[in-house]
Amino acid sequence: MSTREPRPSPESSALISAHGLRKSYGRTEALRGASLELREGEILAVAGASGSGKSTLLHCLSGIVRPDEGVVTYGGEQLGLLPEGRLGELRRSDFGVVFQFGQLIPELTALDNVAMPLLLAGMRRGPAQQQAGEWLERFGVRGQAELRPGEMSGGQSQRVALARALVTGPRVVFADEPTGALDTLAGEQVMTALVHTARESATAVLLITHDAQVAAYADREVVMSDGVLRSGSDDVVGQEAARREG
Amino acid sequence: MSTRHVLLGLLAAGPCHGYDLKRQYDARFPQARPLAYGQVYTTLQRLVRDGLAAVDGTDSDGGPERTLYRSTDEGSRELALWTDQITAPAPFVTNEIFAKVVVSILVAAAGAPTGPDGRKPDAAAHLRAQRAAHMERMRELTALKTAPGADLSTVLSADYALAHLDADVRWMTTTTARIDTLTAEVNAA
Repeated sequence: MSTREPRPSPESSALISAHGLRKSYGRTEALRGASLELREGEILAVAGASGSGKSTLLHCLSGIVRPDEGVVTYGGEQLGLLPEGRLGELRRSDFGVVFQFGQLIPELTALDNVAMPLLLAGMRRGPAQQQAGEWLERFGVRGQAELRPGEMSGGQSQRVALARALVTGPRVVFADEPTGALDTLAGEQVMTALVHTARESATAVLLITHDAQVAAYADREVVMSDGVLRSGSDDVVGQEAARREG
Repeated sequence: MSTRHVLLGLLAAGPCHGYDLKRQYDARFPQARPLAYGQVYTTLQRLVRDGLAAVDGTDSDGGPERTLYRSTDEGSRELALWTDQITAPAPFVTNEIFAKVVVSILVAAAGAPTGPDGRKPDAAAHLRAQRAAHMERMRELTALKTAPGADLSTVLSADYALAHLDADVRWMTTTTARIDTLTAEVNAA
């Protein structure tokens, strides 16, 4: 199982930083100058209403889409300057992604879904399956190893998706409404598994959610509204007033 | 929470002295308002006065002598009535946050007075600051319930508090989104 030495505390330097991101789809401005920093090993919640630009932000930070303006830096590299090959490499080795509906490959068993990123990274089938099995065990779904996504509950599928996102030992996991399709108890199991594993391996997590109870698993929260971000710690009456009057 | 009924319930398992009742209370209701020893003894004396509990001798157990209490038959009947009774959903919820939002709008519209630092009340900023405070408490409760070894009583107590704070946060979110309309309505009235 791939785990790294715990990295420095969330007080350490930024792993990902974004400055002045703007992104439009047609006439719709999804991002209007969003900036944020995700520190090493930090769990950061991005909260906000539907349509506020949260998912677009995740897509820009993870290199899935390029912003129209602004800069995203990961580990000192500007994503916008990287060739597609290097971006693909980062997505396979350094980034893990979990979506609201796991997006597992429906034809593959849970075990093969989790083994897939390792196979793509060049690992042989035997060791890849063994490692995948260990991750399923870790998330309490070893018993579902031979089931296909359609044969599992939503909570089980999402835990398999988490295992797939973490199996390569990424430095950062992007989780887009990971419990959005689950009931409360299944959502708790998924969040507990994600947070526990991330803290143990000092993996940073960018958690997109509209649910305050899910955001409360994070170390801190930023709120997105109409394509811009506001830090929770900025929400002090005095600072807000000073900003407006300054 | 009705302390007298909870203490009666703890006595249902058998005679107990005040010190142990307090310890049991803390263990079973970890997120409840703290119960002072003095309140335990006062409540026990009232239960005895009302015939719901009785003194059942003393117990020293190598230390100072302590009075043991037991539930009476009347106490058992009272307890059964209480547990059968459905708690009435509160018809009104005190909402201090809403009061502060409305007053902030009123004071801002009046133009005076301002606080000692010269700031004008800002309802939207207040809601955002309140949300940040709620989220901080929700993070504490989430850490508490997900800590290794947390028992189910702790988890359920934290869940109850989290659900109520979450309801506040949802209300603050929708109110923030409608603050301009509210401001116009308050100022027009």
